[in-house]
Amino acid sequence: MGTQEIRYFQVGSHAVGNRLLDPGQRTVQSDPERANALTCGHRACQGCGEALGARYVVDAALRATAGRLVAVNATGCLEVFSTPYPETSWQLPWLHSLFGNAPAVATGVAAALRAQGREDVRVLAQGGDGGTVDIGFGCLSGMFERDDDVLYVCYDNQGYMNTGVQRSGATPPGARTATTEAVGDAPGAPFGQGKDVPRIAMAHGVRYVATATVADLRDLEAKVERAMEVRGARYLHVLVPCPLGWGSPAALTVRIARLATQTGLFPVYEARDGEVTGVTTIRRPAPVEEYLRPQKRFAHLFSHPSGPAALARIQEAADRNIRRYGLLGDGGPS
Amino acid sequence: MMEKPFAITLDAGSSRANHTGSWRNERPGYVRNLPPCNAACPAAEDVQGWLFHAEGGDYEAAWRAIVRDNPFPAVMGRVCYHPCETACHRGHLDEAVGINAVERFLGDLAIERGWGIPVEAPASGRSVLVVGAGPSGLSAAYHLRLLGHAVEVRDAAPAAGGMMRYGIPRYRLPRPVLDAEIARIGAMGVRFALGRSVTDLAAAMAEGGHDAAFLAVGAGVGRKAHVPAGAAARIIDAVSFLHGMEDDEPPRIGRRVVVYGGGDTAVDAARTARRMGAEPVIVYRRTRQRMPAHDAEVEEALEEGILARWLSTITQVEAGEVTVERMELDAEGFPQPTGETETLAADTVILALGQDCDLALVEGLDGIEVEDGVVSVGPDMMTGRAGIFAGGDMVPAERTVTTAVGHGRSAARHVDAWLRGTAHAPAARPPAAGFDALETWYYEDAPHAMRPRLEAARRASTFDEVVSGLDETTALYEARRCLSCGNCFECDNCYGVCPDNAIVKLGPGRGYRIDLDFCKGCGICVQECPCGAMAMGPEPG
Amino acid sequence: MRRQIEGARGVAESVAACRPQVVCAYPITPQTHIVEGLGVLVGTGALAGCEFVNVESEFAAMSVAIGASAAGARAYTATASQGLLFMSEALYNASGLGLPVVMTVANRAIGAPINIWNDHSDAMSQRDSGWIQLYAETSQEAIDLHVQAFRLAEEMSVPVMVCMDGFVLTHAFEPLEVPSQEDVDAFLPPFTPRQVLDPAEPVSIGAMVGPEAFTEVRYLAFHRQREALGRIPEIAADFAAAFGRDSGGLLHTYRCEDAQTIVLAMGSVLGTLKDTVDALRDEGIPIGVVGLTSFRPFPMAAVRAAVGGARTLIVLERAFSVGVGGIVSADVHMAVAGLDQRHHTVIAGLGGRPVTRVSLRRMLLDAEAGRLEPLTFLDLDRDLIDRELARVRARPRSGPAAENILRDVGVVGARPH
Repeated sequence: MGTQEIRYFQVGSHAVGNRLLDPGQRTVQSDPERANALTCGHRACQGCGEALGARYVVDAALRATAGRLVAVNATGCLEVFSTPYPETSWQLPWLHSLFGNAPAVATGVAAALRAQGREDVRVLAQGGDGGTVDIGFGCLSGMFERDDDVLYVCYDNQGYMNTGVQRSGATPPGARTATTEAVGDAPGAPFGQGKDVPRIAMAHGVRYVATATVADLRDLEAKVERAMEVRGARYLHVLVPCPLGWGSPAALTVRIARLATQTGLFPVYEARDGEVTGVTTIRRPAPVEEYLRPQKRFAHLFSHPSGPAALARIQEAADRNIRRYGLLGDGGPS
Repeated sequence: MMEKPFAITLDAGSSRANHTGSWRNERPGYVRNLPPCNAACPAAEDVQGWLFHAEGGDYEAAWRAIVRDNPFPAVMGRVCYHPCETACHRGHLDEAVGINAVERFLGDLAIERGWGIPVEAPASGRSVLVVGAGPSGLSAAYHLRLLGHAVEVRDAAPAAGGMMRYGIPRYRLPRPVLDAEIARIGAMGVRFALGRSVTDLAAAMAEGGHDAAFLAVGAGVGRKAHVPAGAAARIIDAVSFLHGMEDDEPPRIGRRVVVYGGGDTAVDAARTARRMGAEPVIVYRRTRQRMPAHDAEVEEALEEGILARWLSTITQVEAGEVTVERMELDAEGFPQPTGETETLAADTVILALGQDCDLALVEGLDGIEVEDGVVSVGPDMMTGRAGIFAGGDMVPAERTVTTAVGHGRSAARHVDAWLRGTAHAPAARPPAAGFDALETWYYEDAPHAMRPRLEAARRASTFDEVVSGLDETTALYEARRCLSCGNCFECDNCYGVCPDNAIVKLGPGRGYRIDLDFCKGCGICVQECPCGAMAMGPEPG
Repeated sequence: MRRQIEGARGVAESVAACRPQVVCAYPITPQTHIVEGLGVLVGTGALAGCEFVNVESEFAAMSVAIGASAAGARAYTATASQGLLFMSEALYNASGLGLPVVMTVANRAIGAPINIWNDHSDAMSQRDSGWIQLYAETSQEAIDLHVQAFRLAEEMSVPVMVCMDGFVLTHAFEPLEVPSQEDVDAFLPPFTPRQVLDPAEPVSIGAMVGPEAFTEVRYLAFHRQREALGRIPEIAADFAAAFGRDSGGLLHTYRCEDAQTIVLAMGSVLGTLKDTVDALRDEGIPIGVVGLTSFRPFPMAAVRAAVGGARTLIVLERAFSVGVGGIVSADVHMAVAGLDQRHHTVIAGLGGRPVTRVSLRRMLLDAEAGRLEPLTFLDLDRDLIDRELARVRARPRSGPAAENILRDVGVVGARPH
């Protein structure tokens, strides 16, 4: 993958920038003139992973399109904290319609641009996991199968955070939410439920599918850039920790995202035309406990009698990901 | 301009009117902590500081940053036992940064390019006598010149360098390198009076019209331990042996050589003997782990075919042979005799049992105290006699070239202050940059660039340098392994990871500023700072 | 040039002449022929510069139209019945954002029980969605209303729904004149959006608005529809001048001069009603008809002026509000408040039941005779209702009342449980 091409042994491939790198090799985020598509003054919580992820993604997309970009936003935290009247934090053309229709609205924007011969302007749609994997899923699937020229970005914080932390189809097993409280014999979200939308996107034959996190900026930016090189439907699924919903210290947002990848719980990969074509391997393997412990939503796993068994199941899921995607770099699809 | 519907449609970027800084209850800030390399450097080099320049390929700036503190980068890069590398936090990750190798690269480059050091301070009109042209004396002379004082250096030896010349073998420190760095000091206007020992300090000061003196006589006298020996036994002390290597006629030692001792000098002597065609055996009374010699030196010696007998003492020396008694460790780990002996063939026994300074010049001087063979000095390095300072091997401290250089630097500042009627107060040391404050994830995994070595067989028979230098690519690579512990090196991570765009990038070399209008105090920047150069602090008031 | 074509085809061609740039298609009876026709026109290149998007639902259809309109494209879709309800959330959004989408609603009942036939329940359910609702009396008027709708929508930045009765108009073949491309081009200027997603002038469309400004935002929407009350007749007049047909406007009056009784209705039932009134006029009974074209915005003053002279006012509706009665009636009664009139609401033609001249004549004669109830369900099978109500009282049982009734009327397939 492109992220591996730059090896710079100080903070090389991993930090945001490096004073010694050729400017062409630096990240978008290191640029003092970066777009700040989502600028200051937004009302996201302290340490919001979604605010960070959205700026990373949209800035990268703006660079990839030389500023010829329009964004469509589903209802959700990102929309609410960025555009309360009378102020907006967005610095690109941006449209919010409804919770469940962002992919279709984006299709409409793309169709309009095509009809007007303005196909140099590209379309990015974005939403949280609720707006993507649940209520917006019908529209998303339609956008996918029609191969509409839209990059859809899901900022996955694993629950309905805007409405007060309820379970979504992306909430992981064991997690406490307001609708999967840590009560009863099997506290937290049930095991055996939930959707893997990146794989569902791949099953649609979507041209470019990738997962990423706010913990690996170079990887994320490279994926946005590659996504913008492709015409047709594309899907990017970005894990964005939510200090409020996950019960994690605000300062740990990036660290927890990193642990999600290093435990194998969140596999980072990309796929073209339905086939996995690249995997970001684990550099510093960690047991799932290291990821789960700092998050209060998993606190019961460390105190409830059912905890050890639940932890074992979560570790199993991580191990399965590691095998499935070859996350340790020992074979697998990479 | 489009006719925007009221409230539904808003002007881009208008949220900058909403100052979210009011949410904050703690604020991040940048710190400057003391990196472990700097803390460990006996010569007080700003190691991290000069590596910073080297990382950017500005080698002259890097070299000039070294010589602010140490006039001998090329020598250091060869003979320093680099406590900086021992302390280096990178060692917890993979291997310590090869600081010493980079320093040597810079030192050699300076010699190759002929970089000089201008004396810019106005002449003070004061003069200082430096006794001893070793690392400490030369370092003091150098710094005193930089401070504008006239300096005369006297030494009994015919050439300057002290133990650097007369104690360190050529294969570790080629003489052209030493000569070049000493010549550079000479070019700054330091006057050398060589081949002139000082026996009467007061007279010497009066003769030269000096206002102060810095005494820096090296430990050039081999310690005489009692070893029972027959009349025909050939015994030589290691200091004399190594010193003799600088004479026109090197000492004769024969083929079978026993070196007695476990310090660096013992190893130097053995390796020198090896290069003269001998087959040296090091005899040491404790275990290898307890040898005071630096391990890399011992390792290289063994690679060169030098034999060693640990847990052994010499009980008798006769012509052509020595008797060795095997020792064993007692419960406390001290070697105890076992009574078991054997005989080793030995044309020469080289004793390397420690060194002393010749303190004749201070004998009888009022106010100067000598205890355990060294001169007592205060924190300002002044002896009990006003205006007479001392450093290097002469004072209680580790006896290494680097420590000596550090003494010279420190003494120069105190002498300067004393001459000006003030006191030199060294800057307070900032808090130590701890390893735990680093977010090491961001550093690429990168192994130490091993210095290419000469073939062991080849080096055993020549006095060519054993360890050769780094080429530029490797030096750059090595410099860039620096973690910059505790100090910002402009990696842009804070600028990138802030969800509120509340960090302002000020441009190359100028770092960053927190925009407190928007910083919500989440602390991600501090948490994700790779080098621990940020910390959260309380809001004022 | 008149051609013998289906109403849906006429509408498709009329819409095509308006040069929509994005057409969203999702099938639902009885609208489907319209988007099928447009699909062919796009496919053959007859309608150039248009993206025809086959979406996965009506919700998506309206959402695509929203995106397209916000990006500055003229956007169109068509739906009916359940489909209109499924896009309801997006309807409110399109109007709230002031996006001038034009949509045909081929009016149809809403289930359960599922029913594909014509009434006005679907459009009435979206009465408060913020869309302008224009009701066509004939297929020709439907054709003409679309041309006016685009102009109105884009001038006012308000979406417009053109309602035409399902099957009755959409599927009827008759001689129809579709406006020529040249004439439409002359009448309808290219779309100049009030606001648009454009990198050259980035704005955020669709902000969250709190209590401090929400009322004002909604009032402005109200105000805009009131302004539309002025534009609708002007555009109709322009249209009449350009095309020679009296289509659209706020309402039409028919034989209302000296009428003692006036019947107000919307849609295709007006034809039958006029025929019935003609016959009664011939018999000397002074009855007139008001055909309401613009239901939203509701033309209070025009209605009051049109019906104010009558002693008896009957509102004939193709939908009703369960638990209340008439929907249109409520607005009409507000328009005539304070006048000395008798008011009747007649609910007729639900779920495709034919509204016959016989039934209308009987109802009007009842009204003349003072026998008409304030609220009447035309042609209601009273015996069936009484039997069902009696049985429910006697033997309460589970299951849908609809099935029970169907069994009672002997419809095949409704099995006893």
